[in-house]
Amino acid sequence: MSESKVVKNIVFEILRYDPDKDTAPAMKKYTVPVTKGMTVLDGLLWLKENVDATLSYRMSCRMGVCGSCGMFINGMPRLACNNQILHLTSSKIVIKPLPNYDIIRDLVPDLEPAFDKHRSVKPFLIRDQVEEMDNPTGEFFQSAEELVNYIQFAYCIKCGLCLAACPTVATDENFLGPQALAQAWRYNSDSRDQGGAERHEIVDTAHGAWSCHFAGACTEACPKGVDPAFAIQLLKQDIFTKKSCKHKESELLPRNEKFTPNEKIALAPKPTV
Amino acid sequence: MRESTLWMLNIIAGAVILVLLGVHMAIMHLDAILGFVGLAPSGTVEAQVVFARSRQALFMTTYIILLGAALYHGLYGLRKIVFELTLSKIVEKLVDWFLIIAGLALFVYGGYVAIAVFLS
Repeated sequence: MSESKVVKNIVFEILRYDPDKDTAPAMKKYTVPVTKGMTVLDGLLWLKENVDATLSYRMSCRMGVCGSCGMFINGMPRLACNNQILHLTSSKIVIKPLPNYDIIRDLVPDLEPAFDKHRSVKPFLIRDQVEEMDNPTGEFFQSAEELVNYIQFAYCIKCGLCLAACPTVATDENFLGPQALAQAWRYNSDSRDQGGAERHEIVDTAHGAWSCHFAGACTEACPKGVDPAFAIQLLKQDIFTKKSCKHKESELLPRNEKFTPNEKIALAPKPTV
Repeated sequence: MRESTLWMLNIIAGAVILVLLGVHMAIMHLDAILGFVGLAPSGTVEAQVVFARSRQALFMTTYIILLGAALYHGLYGLRKIVFELTLSKIVEKLVDWFLIIAGLALFVYGGYVAIAVFLS
């Protein structure tokens, strides 16, 4: 902190709530000396270290990878580590926990419902060869073109921002939500997967894909450039065409104990963000 | 029934309403506009004309189809709105059955009126 020059002081207005002590959440103001390049998360770390050690929030990687520090910053669900304070061009930063979740404490939302929904769509490869899946002897081949079909949706870091932004989740807690539905499409569109019909049973329900109003707020909120709203539309199409339910053959490439680059295995495309 | 089937029926009902309501509007309420192109039928809302039209099999059929489509489209929309209130599974079942029974009752009653006028 001392090495960098303080550009200006910014007011952080933070929602504080301790369910063991407080009857209701309340906003509290703090002043943070901001330096160039400082993120909202850096500001919170500074506050915890210098002003109030009881301030609670989640964080881990500090580089937009783990998805832990999702917060409602100046009216938008964002990752605190992914937004520089000066880029928000505001003299006051209002920080609240993500909406559409219960508050555990201060800025810590209870993400368990989101993880439950994620798990419910079976976010893993399902194949007929049970023995091969339990005791793999190799890797299923996938071409670069087949990878490109779904790779965008595989960038999801489960930060939960899309559910916080979704207006349908705001009223319908049972709605599977953009994250889980996008992951259902991610696996249905995977050339190695054979679980399309199983996932259709889960998403083709009253609170599944058909409850999406296509507001697009999830896509706008996603910090990784995933487009869940588009994934849901593709999933709806898939429910009718049943393309993902058709039997997919995938060549099993024997495990190569001494790794040498295999020209048949696709190289990962460049990240979208 | 799968939600996709209910949803597709909703879309089909919407398309049917669009066509039949368009025809209804053209015949009943847009005679002044249609008059410009020489298509306006005269006296469309007079009782005698309404009865005469309702005694034609084509109109009776379209009335029943429009009634069915409008009921399904409206009640399905209502179901979607009510389901967004985070209800329990039991309440959702009750809502489903209430809407099915109410929809069928209204369809039978409306259909009876259309057929009774046709046969009168």
